[in-house]
Amino acid sequence: MTKKTYAYYPGCSLQHGNHAYGVSTEAVARQLDIELVEIDDWNCCGATEYMSINRLPAYALIARNLARAANENGEHDLVVPCSACFLNLHKTDKQMKEFPEWSEKINRSLAAGNLQYEPGTIKVRHWLEAITTDFGSDNLKTRVKRPLYGLKLAPYYGCLVARPDSVFDSTEQPTVMDDMLAALGAEVTTDFSLKTFCCGGHMTQISEETALGMIHQIIHNAVQAGADAIVTLCPMCQLNLDVYQGYANNLFETDYEMPIMFFTQVIGLAMGLSPKELGVGQEFVSMQPAIKKIQDVPPPKPKSERRPKQALPMPVMPE
Amino acid sequence: MSENEKRVGVYVCHCGHNIAGTVDVEHVAEWAYNLPNVIISRDNKFMCASTGQEQIEEDVKEFNLTHVVVASCSPHMHEKTFRNAVERSGLNPYLFEMANIREHASWVHPDDQDGATSKAKALVSAAVHRVLHHEELTPMQVEIRPEVLIVGGGVAGIQAALEVAEAGHHVYLVEREPSIGGHMAQLDKTFPTLDCSACILTPKMFDAGSHPNITLLTYAEVEQVDGYVGNFTVRVRKKAKMVHEDLCTGCGTCWEKCPKKVIDTVFESGLGYRKAIYRPFPQAVPKYPVIDVETCIYYDTGKCRACEKFCPTDAIDFEMQDEIVNLEVGNIIVATGYDLFDPRRIPQYGYGRHENVFTSMEFERLVNAAGPSDGRVVLRDGETTPQSVAIIHCVGSRDKNYNGHCSAICCMYSLKFAHLVKERTEAEVYNFYIDMRTIAKGYEEFYDRVLEEGAHFIRGKVSEITDATHASEEEGKLVVVAEDTLIGKQRRVPVDMVILAVAMEPRADAEEVAHRFGIGCGDTGFFTERHPKLDPVATVTEGVYIAGACQGPKDIPDAVAQGSAAAARVLSVISQREVALEPVRATIDEEHCSGCRICNTMCPYHAIDFIEADSVSRVNPALCKGCGTCVAACPSQVISGAHFTFDQLIAEIDGIMVDVNIDEPLVAAEMV
Amino acid sequence: MSENGTFKPVIVGFLCNWCSYRAADLAGTSRMGYPATLRDIRIMCTGRLDPTFVLRALEKGADGVLIMGCHPGQCHYQEGNYKAIRRFALLKRTLRQFGIEEERVQLHWASAAEGVEFAKTVAKMTEEITALGPLEWSRNWPNEDPHIYAEEAAHE
Repeated sequence: MTKKTYAYYPGCSLQHGNHAYGVSTEAVARQLDIELVEIDDWNCCGATEYMSINRLPAYALIARNLARAANENGEHDLVVPCSACFLNLHKTDKQMKEFPEWSEKINRSLAAGNLQYEPGTIKVRHWLEAITTDFGSDNLKTRVKRPLYGLKLAPYYGCLVARPDSVFDSTEQPTVMDDMLAALGAEVTTDFSLKTFCCGGHMTQISEETALGMIHQIIHNAVQAGADAIVTLCPMCQLNLDVYQGYANNLFETDYEMPIMFFTQVIGLAMGLSPKELGVGQEFVSMQPAIKKIQDVPPPKPKSERRPKQALPMPVMPE
Repeated sequence: MSENEKRVGVYVCHCGHNIAGTVDVEHVAEWAYNLPNVIISRDNKFMCASTGQEQIEEDVKEFNLTHVVVASCSPHMHEKTFRNAVERSGLNPYLFEMANIREHASWVHPDDQDGATSKAKALVSAAVHRVLHHEELTPMQVEIRPEVLIVGGGVAGIQAALEVAEAGHHVYLVEREPSIGGHMAQLDKTFPTLDCSACILTPKMFDAGSHPNITLLTYAEVEQVDGYVGNFTVRVRKKAKMVHEDLCTGCGTCWEKCPKKVIDTVFESGLGYRKAIYRPFPQAVPKYPVIDVETCIYYDTGKCRACEKFCPTDAIDFEMQDEIVNLEVGNIIVATGYDLFDPRRIPQYGYGRHENVFTSMEFERLVNAAGPSDGRVVLRDGETTPQSVAIIHCVGSRDKNYNGHCSAICCMYSLKFAHLVKERTEAEVYNFYIDMRTIAKGYEEFYDRVLEEGAHFIRGKVSEITDATHASEEEGKLVVVAEDTLIGKQRRVPVDMVILAVAMEPRADAEEVAHRFGIGCGDTGFFTERHPKLDPVATVTEGVYIAGACQGPKDIPDAVAQGSAAAARVLSVISQREVALEPVRATIDEEHCSGCRICNTMCPYHAIDFIEADSVSRVNPALCKGCGTCVAACPSQVISGAHFTFDQLIAEIDGIMVDVNIDEPLVAAEMV
Repeated sequence: MSENGTFKPVIVGFLCNWCSYRAADLAGTSRMGYPATLRDIRIMCTGRLDPTFVLRALEKGADGVLIMGCHPGQCHYQEGNYKAIRRFALLKRTLRQFGIEEERVQLHWASAAEGVEFAKTVAKMTEEITALGPLEWSRNWPNEDPHIYAEEAAHE
């Protein structure tokens, strides 16, 4: 397979709070022969708040990154690991495409920095979507050195990538990560219902109790589904579910210890990388108990639960 | 007739205020005197009224008119009316042309009176220029075959078949499934009277199956339709049933012995099982089973043949082939019914993931005494009686993501379900609705009754059905989340069972079927009637009628009424014995035909033959439908499409481009 | 040209009897307003549309021509609209050689149920042609006699 190159927008959180996501992203890229070319002098995407204060500077701020990426790496797609950054970059491109008057305004702002951006020049893609589409779960399977036998994972997409605008996957029931985790040898929870539920976002700073309620629900649901760990693709989700898990436990009088892993860390483990290379250890709720569950041999196939004789058939689901 | 012998009368209709409110009709009528050969031009309050029509008749006589133009509504509305008036006045009815200044002018330009008036003048001018080139035409009279094809053996089709058969004419009733009966046969009770559905349908099915004037073609599909009103040729494929009906007694030994059990996704709606050789249900008509070759073990492995071994009459024939039947019929009624919305398309409702989410048709089977649970209201484990049931209305209806339309029956069957759950269990029932629509006789009273019985009604669209729980009372339950728009709060209602009132949708192959029968689908995908108010069972194709839910969502009484209505329409055509066909046909000037045969391949109806002996092409007028594709294609321009000739259309173009502001009389010669 | 000097285009429409003419009827019965620029001619099928008709309309002073038929696959005569598509492609090539802007002759689809789409199409086309300005095609012919083409075409 030829080397694949992408323009790369790491975003602020991968540099600081979620260092492990950045480290594991780069490690996995190396393993998969993917070259990530970081946009020179990129700036913050404004996260979620700025957009609601003043849209023009917010869009211009984001478009500056698109313009830089297009200038330097116009022929490559732009991959973004952070869901919020992804949504913002994608939304800005779309807004400029659909509303020429906005495109004009934004470009007038960019002109102050000798930049300009023609909407649609660069394709903004989430890192997970790029791997699962371009590389493919089947292909990934052939690279697995250490299958994740015995590990039961709850794929958690969060709310941002599932937005109808982002054209990521099904907005209600995305499955790309489910398929990918299965390809790595892990068992995937089928009844984790809150896979696109909001983690609370910055609500922790506004109404901590509300946020903790949301966080607790997600962890509770994953525990009920029998997961050893939740797998996420968003730094915000990881932060909330990991850092605030203890607070949620205190509030709801529970003692859950649910590790929150990045999908890149999970891929890395399956590729045979050491936990250290993947930034494992920087989290609040230790991943080690989950990692220790990985076995060398596939677990025996669970006997399909026999439905009682009088039970009515389940609806046939499409393949 | 030379050019200056032609004498045209122009009539501009006010249509009350409909046209005159926007178009200056007096001015248009006055101005029309500028147009070539116009002898008399009048405006009139209502041209379609008898006084308007009589005016034409009087003027033709008084002024020796040779051609008539009426500027009023769409020709689809009143072309026939005025042609008849022209004919009564002694002229050939085709020496007439209509200008559509209502639908195409006054009604669409209400804020632009000048624009609408100018446009009306252009359209009148076009009609006058065109009509000068009209020729006398005679409709072709063809005999009507009395046989009738009815496609679809649901309640609408059965009703229509019985009506036609009772009147003494032969009916071919084609049904895709092994038995007639349709969706109604699956239902338990019918709203609001709670009649047992099977009890009222079965006698009708039996009558249809045994009527000497009805030929049932079950497990069969119409593949091709040719011809025209009175004389259709229809090709039907009878799928191989692998069972000889003349030998089979319907004893049932074969399906008892068949070792292959499969989920019945048709009659039992996926909630029950059938065998690979099966009769869909005990009251099936005809009573004979069919082998489903997709699931039969023999067709997979070459072994088994259990049914054959045990059949007491040797009726099983594994080598049976599909049979093609060609039918000659005069009229066709399409009553192909509807599909149910697949709720897997709304993943947040969890159908297929949460086992106790049911579709409405699954629930019909569940409460049916002959169904998979013998009529017990139980969860999917087959034994637990629910303590609480939520019924979600408008699943896939009134939702722009899926179907914009209202499915018309869901409110009522949801009420019926609420009643049945209350009747058979102690469960609390929660109806989540957007609006309650109980619009027919006895329906609102039924709603009141169910309210009295204590069912809960929550006005709000359900956002999700989840097993992710918040509180201890939710554990182990399905939580229905909705905004209650009457109290303005979000509610979470934990229940044991959820029923999704799924939408009625056009059949998946509706477009294909519509095309086959020369009818159209509207924007919701259901078949289009000729007129939504005044001609609800006819279609744009003469001789093809529609009935039942294929035309739009409707309940049983409406479907039955349409079945009867379509039958009445067909019987009226049959009793006329003959029908006049529009003389809009192509003809080839054989003297100038070069014999290039380009037109031969153009014709979708194979109506053009090449006559080897004379090296020319010739149109078979009985097959020609008058589309004019060959006319436009002929490189020698020697094909003429009657009533849409080259000269007529060029004159119409020239006429429509008349500068509407000039006041001098126009000279026809200058225009052509 | 209207009295006050603002340009109001004249568009000649060729509508098929079964779908687009009925869509126009529906726009009328549903009272959907659109500019009074379209003057329509009913033909049984877009397959009947002789490209000569389009040229004739332009020659006679139309600023644009709108051809509308049933959606592909839904032709009342099975495939007349496919024939129209092919002829339209050839016609466009000819028009280009004449220097007539692409937007002036358009082919669209509307089913009998699409009154809204019909009204929108007319409104949009009117906007486009207004932006282009008058065509005055035959007036700009270098040839002294503007009827040469028409006479040939009329096959007399």
